[in-house]
Amino acid sequence: MTRLSTAPTRIQTAREDGATSMMNGAGATPPVRRRKKIHPGRIVAWIVMVVILVITIFPFYWMLRTALSTNSALYANGTSLLPVDFSWGGFLRVFGLQPIDEAIADGGSGAQLDFWRYLLNSVVVATGITVCQVFFSALAAYAFSRLTWRFRNVAFAVFLTSLMVPVIFTLLPNFLLVKQLGLIDTLLGIMLPSLFMAPFAIFFLRQFFLNVPIEVEEAALVDGASKIRVFFSVIVPMSAAPIATISILTYITAWNDYFWPLMVSYTDDSRVMTVALGAFKSQSPQGGPDWAGLMAATLVAATPMIILFVLFAKRIVNSIGFTGIK
Amino acid sequence: MAIITAQPAQHGTGSPRTIARKKRPDDTRLAVLLILPATLGLVTFYFWPLLRGIWLSFTSWDLLSAAQFVGGENYVRMVQDPVFWNAIGVTLHFVVLNIGVQTVVALMIAVLMQRLTGSILVRSLILAPYLVSNVVAALVFFWILDFQLGIGNQVLHWLGLDRVGFFTSETWAIPTAALVNVWRHMGYTALLIFAGLQAIPAGLYEAARVDGAGEGRMFRSITLPLLRPILGLVLIISVIGSFQVFDTVSVTTGGGPVNATRVLQVYIYENAFAQFDFGYASALSVAMLAILMIVTFIQYRITRAGQTDLN
Repeated sequence: MTRLSTAPTRIQTAREDGATSMMNGAGATPPVRRRKKIHPGRIVAWIVMVVILVITIFPFYWMLRTALSTNSALYANGTSLLPVDFSWGGFLRVFGLQPIDEAIADGGSGAQLDFWRYLLNSVVVATGITVCQVFFSALAAYAFSRLTWRFRNVAFAVFLTSLMVPVIFTLLPNFLLVKQLGLIDTLLGIMLPSLFMAPFAIFFLRQFFLNVPIEVEEAALVDGASKIRVFFSVIVPMSAAPIATISILTYITAWNDYFWPLMVSYTDDSRVMTVALGAFKSQSPQGGPDWAGLMAATLVAATPMIILFVLFAKRIVNSIGFTGIK
Repeated sequence: MAIITAQPAQHGTGSPRTIARKKRPDDTRLAVLLILPATLGLVTFYFWPLLRGIWLSFTSWDLLSAAQFVGGENYVRMVQDPVFWNAIGVTLHFVVLNIGVQTVVALMIAVLMQRLTGSILVRSLILAPYLVSNVVAALVFFWILDFQLGIGNQVLHWLGLDRVGFFTSETWAIPTAALVNVWRHMGYTALLIFAGLQAIPAGLYEAARVDGAGEGRMFRSITLPLLRPILGLVLIISVIGSFQVFDTVSVTTGGGPVNATRVLQVYIYENAFAQFDFGYASALSVAMLAILMIVTFIQYRITRAGQTDLN
């Protein structure tokens, strides 16, 4: 937990570290003025690193390669590193753009992903959860960090205990509650338990709110701003970076969730991407699965997260260090 | 946990607050208003389900008729249920393999990154699997490790080895599921450890190098001991996550072959949503809760995760 408070400095050190090692790298590569002896251990270490990177990245490439092949070619030539018998068929089947008889002839099940529907569902669920959860958590974090009131520490300690409750244990009772509320098979039902707060988000944001200099707040108060005004016009803007970080992490978690949406959704009305993908897999013909279609579906399901990652990679990577307990 | 509460709490003391006080003497009203939504969520979706889950474990309930109090019947049944004990064994097997391999690999990646490069690109690539869902990770490996056509088995065949039924053999299904989890989480774990490594003063390594220590020696005498608190926390987090495994198994083997991958969560899900036996499923959940609490407590004590040697 110490890490939370020391996070900003650590990020800085990480960056400086990166800068210097990059400089080192640049200085070491040209063989002409080689100051540092290239240690054989370093070469071995780089080889190990590259192997790990290949293991990390290869499955992503293999998804793409398989999705762009045809099933019959995959059976005949499974080891080619390039797509075999290049075809968009897998993607067409996923989007239901291929006539059913043709799809079945190509090894599909005729099942299709109503991609846009599931994409929309996932976007609604992940966005709703992120916006509400971060907003309400920020309000609570503000009350726990910058307001003076009598039961503050007691209330905060009570909130702390919720960290000890494993989410998995709450799923069954929460399912029953959502059922009693008549929200089964609705997007609201999927979102509901996560809308009001996440203990972690409160602790995370409180930590940063505490670090906003008191002088800035006082200046605003002297100017006649109310406490709630201070929250919106001082605390939130000055904590934009941590708020963005926790939002991105919340979004990823919400997007990738499978177990809870699987419990709540029964039909396409509330089916999110992860659940749809699981269903698509179970419909794939047993014995001779439609691998090209399945990998196309998997890639399609993963694409929004890949885009998010490409856009925010640096922020996400830097945020991991001080969010240890997420 | 203690550190958060030990944060300087009294920001607003001194004269400036008196000014604020005059304008708004009553922070309590605003505070109550602000924590109202969060409190609603806390009570409704954390505390109430906790109590309700424990209560349900003492009932028999199929959702159709009213829940009936049956005392400890579910627990008696649980203790005598071979599938439950098998599920515990399978889950433990999964956790040990998953966490064992994952921690070693992640530690290695973190140290490599620390000694070789601070490149954001490398760290991003390492983290990439964490961004996709468990379902995606599971399906990709379901294909890569397919018995006939998967590239994994093709390579084994090419090397002159026997094909392995990664997801279809009772021996291999759990190790395979564990390795899929390792693939998805190793980069994330590595970055957590990497952050911990950044907190170790660089001067220590310089001093050690002056004394003629090699990389291996520095790893054993500096990195490992000073990393212990972080490593302890990382272990606790990943073990808790690992115990709750469901997605990977559910979309690939669905618990089979026979009961080889029927982990506790899958068994709970089946009891609740296939048998509609919510009482028994709740009792199983309580068992899971108890196991998680015991394991966390033991780990916390063993790794002394709350203390640091960096003084």
